[in-house]
Amino acid sequence: MVIAVDNEKTASMSDVDPRLSAFEARINRGEKIEPADWMPDDYRQQLIRLIHVHANSEICGALPEGKWIPHAPTFKRKLALVAKVQDEVGHGQLLYRAAETLGPSREQMIEDLISGKSKFSNVFHYPAESWADVAIIAWLIDAAAIINQTMMAEGSYGPYARALKRICYEEAFHMKHGYEMCVVLAGGTRVQRDMLQDALNRWWTPIMMFHGPSDKESKHTTQLVKWKVKLKTNDEQRQQFLRQFVPKMLDLRLKIPDKSLRYDSATETWRYDDPDWNEFKKVVNNGGPVSHERVEARRLAHVDGLWVREALTAHANRQPIPMPERN
Amino acid sequence: MTDTQWPIFEVFHQQARGEPHVHVGSIHAPDAEMAIILAKEQYCRRQACVNIWVVPASAITATLYTDDDIFERATDKSYRESWGYKTPKHVAMPHGDSPAQVAESDSEVKHM
Repeated sequence: MVIAVDNEKTASMSDVDPRLSAFEARINRGEKIEPADWMPDDYRQQLIRLIHVHANSEICGALPEGKWIPHAPTFKRKLALVAKVQDEVGHGQLLYRAAETLGPSREQMIEDLISGKSKFSNVFHYPAESWADVAIIAWLIDAAAIINQTMMAEGSYGPYARALKRICYEEAFHMKHGYEMCVVLAGGTRVQRDMLQDALNRWWTPIMMFHGPSDKESKHTTQLVKWKVKLKTNDEQRQQFLRQFVPKMLDLRLKIPDKSLRYDSATETWRYDDPDWNEFKKVVNNGGPVSHERVEARRLAHVDGLWVREALTAHANRQPIPMPERN
Repeated sequence: MTDTQWPIFEVFHQQARGEPHVHVGSIHAPDAEMAIILAKEQYCRRQACVNIWVVPASAITATLYTDDDIFERATDKSYRESWGYKTPKHVAMPHGDSPAQVAESDSEVKHM
């Protein structure tokens, strides 16, 4: 059982901080918590963890797709991909700002990502091997992310909810564009169809892991749902994803690489082969196929951008040049 | 590394001339000039925007939510609202010489 306590005062089971009950009452009334409000330290720490990982994921999510910009098959696809990558980086910045309202500095969070101290989403630890991967990522990973983010946008923390509203609005185009790409490939040549199927085969398990460990294993969920940081459990989000997207995948004549996948009409849920959550833990702790490549790409971008940041700072700190006096 | 923690600027955008500027979020920037450039990239990629304000976050003074009782109405403020006043739907004024007679009987009206 988790009892949230304030730093200054340790509360026992019988002596709950009155501020905590007021805080929980506000959340139950559907009010948003703002940065200056009192909040339990556990609420603050959980939000920092979530928003920080979310921001890192947006930044790292730009990397596999960014790599494909020079290889986009048409000019329209290239424009769309450039726009999507720019959106993801922008979302990362919005989220770092939201996390900053809870304490940590953006600088520290960027540093933690580069040093490997903080995590990013499991799906970005895998390589994008073909153009069809770009299509599957944009369609299904953005779809899974939208399910997560539209839920979180109704959450109790004001700055995070506001950032997510904007993010969801922008990601709608990512998913639609991804779906369009998949439809084109699915209706294309044999080579194109095989390429799409191959991409789904490789991405299926990472996508099934995307919403996080099953409720049996997820240690944070109960408290987070109670405080409306999350409004649905990981398994509920996964079910929603399957409900919405399995029929669409089948419409595209895609074979889903899980032989045990079936709809159980009695419980109105999808049965599936539960992913290996030890594998998931290994991957998100930077033990995935391209974890080091991703972190290294981020580090290089930071180092390469140093001169730009120095120039901007020098410009901001410039002294006006005195004009020579005229006689 | 201490080179990315620039000051924070709050961003307000205006979607059309004549509309109010609305707060949309904030960004880090080394100065106001750069803040405008970054704010445009961050907040004006899609929807219409005709003008942006950037304001150093440090320049903003705000009330505290813990002091929200200052907004509570201690007394009836209906006298500040149009609905606090009652007028008849139809006003029937007397004709002819009658107003003068009424006015004469009422010293306050006489000055009008």
